[in-house]
Amino acid sequence: MSYLEYNTRYVPTGLRKLLHVHWPIVLLLTAVAGYGFLMLYSVSGGRPGLWMEPQMERFALGMTMMIVFAMIPVWFYRNMAFVAYFIALALVVAVEFVGVTGGGAQRWIDLGFMRLQPSELMKIGVVVALAAYYDWLPQHKVSHPLWLVLPLLIIFVPTAFVVLQPDLGTAILLLAGGGAMMFFAGVHWAYFATVFSAAGGLVWAVMASRGTDWQILENYQYRRIDIFLDPASDPLDAGYNITQATIALGSGGWTGRGFMQGTQTRLDFLPEAHTDFIFTTLAEEFGFVGAFTLLILYALIIFFCVASALTNTNRFAALVTLGVAVTFFLYFAVNMSMVMGLAPVVGVPLPLVSYGGSAMLVLLIAFGLVQSAHVHKPR
Amino acid sequence: MKRANRDSAEANRMMSRRAMLLGSVQLGMVGLLGWRMHDMQVDQADDFRLLAEENRINLRLLPPTRGIVYDINGVALAENEQNYRIVLRREDAGDIDVVLARLARLMPIDPAVIERTREEALARPSFTPVTIMDRVSWEDISKVNVNAPALPGITAEVGLSRKYPLGSDTAHVVGYVGPVSDYDLGRIEDPDPVLLIPRFQIGKTGVEAKLEDLLRGSAGNQQVEVNNLGRVMRELDRQEGDAGADVQLTIDHKLQRYVEARMDGESASAVVIDLEDGGIRAIASAPSFDPNQFVRGISTANWRALNDDIYRPLASKAVQDAYPPGSTFKMVTLLAALENGDVDPEETVYCPGHTDVAGTRFHCWRSWGHGNINLHESLKQSCDCYYYDVSQRVGIDKIAEMARKLGLGTRHPVPMSAVSAGIAPDKEWKRQSRGEDWRIGDTVNASIGQGYVLASPLQLAVMTARLATGREIIPQLVHTINGVPQPTGLGESLGLNENMLRRVRQSMYDVVNHQRGTAYGKRFNADGVRMAGKTGTSQVRRITVEERAAGVTRNEDLPWRRRDHALWVNFAPFDNPRYAVAVVVEHGGGGSTAAAPIGRDITLQALFDGEPPLDVYPSGVRGEIAEQQERIRNMTADGVSPREPA
Repeated sequence: MSYLEYNTRYVPTGLRKLLHVHWPIVLLLTAVAGYGFLMLYSVSGGRPGLWMEPQMERFALGMTMMIVFAMIPVWFYRNMAFVAYFIALALVVAVEFVGVTGGGAQRWIDLGFMRLQPSELMKIGVVVALAAYYDWLPQHKVSHPLWLVLPLLIIFVPTAFVVLQPDLGTAILLLAGGGAMMFFAGVHWAYFATVFSAAGGLVWAVMASRGTDWQILENYQYRRIDIFLDPASDPLDAGYNITQATIALGSGGWTGRGFMQGTQTRLDFLPEAHTDFIFTTLAEEFGFVGAFTLLILYALIIFFCVASALTNTNRFAALVTLGVAVTFFLYFAVNMSMVMGLAPVVGVPLPLVSYGGSAMLVLLIAFGLVQSAHVHKPR
Repeated sequence: MKRANRDSAEANRMMSRRAMLLGSVQLGMVGLLGWRMHDMQVDQADDFRLLAEENRINLRLLPPTRGIVYDINGVALAENEQNYRIVLRREDAGDIDVVLARLARLMPIDPAVIERTREEALARPSFTPVTIMDRVSWEDISKVNVNAPALPGITAEVGLSRKYPLGSDTAHVVGYVGPVSDYDLGRIEDPDPVLLIPRFQIGKTGVEAKLEDLLRGSAGNQQVEVNNLGRVMRELDRQEGDAGADVQLTIDHKLQRYVEARMDGESASAVVIDLEDGGIRAIASAPSFDPNQFVRGISTANWRALNDDIYRPLASKAVQDAYPPGSTFKMVTLLAALENGDVDPEETVYCPGHTDVAGTRFHCWRSWGHGNINLHESLKQSCDCYYYDVSQRVGIDKIAEMARKLGLGTRHPVPMSAVSAGIAPDKEWKRQSRGEDWRIGDTVNASIGQGYVLASPLQLAVMTARLATGREIIPQLVHTINGVPQPTGLGESLGLNENMLRRVRQSMYDVVNHQRGTAYGKRFNADGVRMAGKTGTSQVRRITVEERAAGVTRNEDLPWRRRDHALWVNFAPFDNPRYAVAVVVEHGGGGSTAAAPIGRDITLQALFDGEPPLDVYPSGVRGEIAEQQERIRNMTADGVSPREPA
């Protein structure tokens, strides 16, 4: 397939492409990242060299890569989708054997200049692979059971490896992201209804059997589930982080305690203040106004992506844009729910704000794909 | 191609629909997150801010400085001493094994101590200091300071600890402090939070325990900001506590030391009351123990040795032990009889050496009897039969009433541990405590201070003080608190007939100063100053009929535990009484031989405020006394310099 298959009136070429980059999204990404730099400076106690500067360097690198990726025609990605997917999968498998253990789970491959988290890469790999698959698959076959096998494999194989690491947060993001892709592609809603009710039924059966003769799990497993669902029931161990996080968040008030004035952060009560729990510092120091502003920035990014996808007649481009948007949404929604006590604690960073190289680079590359889709939108 | 186009157009419509649907779900989620933020940060902000403050601010108690205990001359009996200790902070030490090994090269340290330090340091947060050694000499402290660069994390720190400069001489009266135990906490209702400070020391016995609330003071507090590990980041506020009150006792440390030294080798106790203010000038029990051992933490072996000693060094015998007062009780019987007009002082009673009452034979100490004997002679020669006879006429209730009037059978409010109330028995008492009726034989026994009668040395001193002054002397131990004078214990007049009192005092004078008095050998004459007193010998066993038939067994031939207690009470000068003294020598034998000499020497020491000249003693005993003075001088040689109380 080639460029000519598309019914296009006008596609920008050369430097004109730069004019068609979605600049509001670039601006919003920069604003969110800038917010992140501020918070990393604050969390480090005023030592910019510790986290802020490396983060800025990576952001600069990531933005450059995003623009470069935006310049490449979107159908190139479609053609390379499965190559990218298998490279990512190979890395995820490799991390099982040569990975560096951090925080009790095998997640990194040390590349020398940075530590790569292949599971981050995998999220984009799944999105791109599914987009390419459904771009290729005629619509009337989408809901045929036979044609569901491959997309399910695309989702479940990497998910299985990620669960082994164990990295529950990424696994949830992969499943939810992949499921969303299949939903966009038009898989019949009855499948989703079946899966949801089956899952719901299983959970009900497991919980309802507790304490009866036909109890499905062992008692200690139930206790783990309890602690997972309600960390406050284990206040010294699992509950400590979330308790301290909600205290930090709640004590922010309307306008917060002021930049670098958050006592919870300053006095180290907050765990992981520069990574997964950075939102609590932000909320403590900038209050509801600051936290809500960030939420609006995120929502605007999603809005612009969805808007761009809806006006894109290129199915692959639209699917990739929607997939990246959903992945991005899942990141911040899960992270915020987690620190606000709405969801169990799973390791998911706050996109573009949490300190971390892989996540930021991969996200910006993903937005490179979104930009490419936008730039090469048939007009 | 056409089909594909139609197909893809349909697909795009579906995708748009679904994208809008999922977009709405996402918007809904954003709304939920925003609502949750508002709920936590705006609606519940105050609660969470409070929690954050509680997290951050830690209140720490600053232990108060304990009040100092002085004697009446301003000599410290209990004070706070700077105590150097060597501590280790793991976070500064780096490799603690290396650092400890280096320290061990500088000074001898028990390997067990090093191991304990290591374990403690590793078990606690790295910034908490762990004590390696306590009460370190100045020399070792200097070594640590000089070698500081090679000993990172090891520092010398200074704290306060309790010290008793007179050691064993004031152990029973001042007592000692020790760390708060769970038992202590359980006993105290609503304990002061300062007690929860680890290793905080409180009074365990004696004045330290009884005046704990005064001496302790109140804790200050310090508000500090802490981080999640409890490390202090900065001090926010500090309020110094109030130091404990300084307490000045009525004790005269010189006299106290002398009394303790004079009783050396005996299981004995003595009390000296100053009749000018009712203050106790000396109250000592022998043998004693070093209270400083208890502050440091006594070893099991030492503790067992103190506990197993049959002379009971830990017992504060002067107040906690009650003995049958023996013949020292005879003044009580006499006064009861005289006051109630039951006896004519000149009337004589025939003493054949024994009296038969209700079918029981009661013996006089002099088995061949005193013949016809009147009141005066009966006390002077300590004839028992006279009292057997008189007491039956007076009755026990009047005797008990007089005993209580003179300070027996009541607990005197002295701030010392386990102050005994003694027993001044009457009919009611026996019914209550034994469930039996009083028998006439009980009265006969009680009349000479045997049977149910029990009195502590302190009570005997109070009795003597009241006899000497006719006033209701209440013994005082606290002279001033923070420089504020405390009420004296002179009391009101007892309302006794002065003529009768004078008769009894005269008889006591003759006990010492008349040739036929039982303590004639223990007299002294310091330019006309003489003392009046009374001996007592109380049985701790029954002498069986068989024993009596076989001839009276000599005390010295009995095992120590079964020998008689020797008692002595006196006051001096006779004309213008200043001091009342009581001495009890447990299982010492005769009162005149074992207890009276101690009483005499103590009295002289008090009257002369130091060592008396030899010529006040009868010439016969001067050589012996000179040796004794020399011995005691050596024992009390190490001087204590007086200090003005604050």
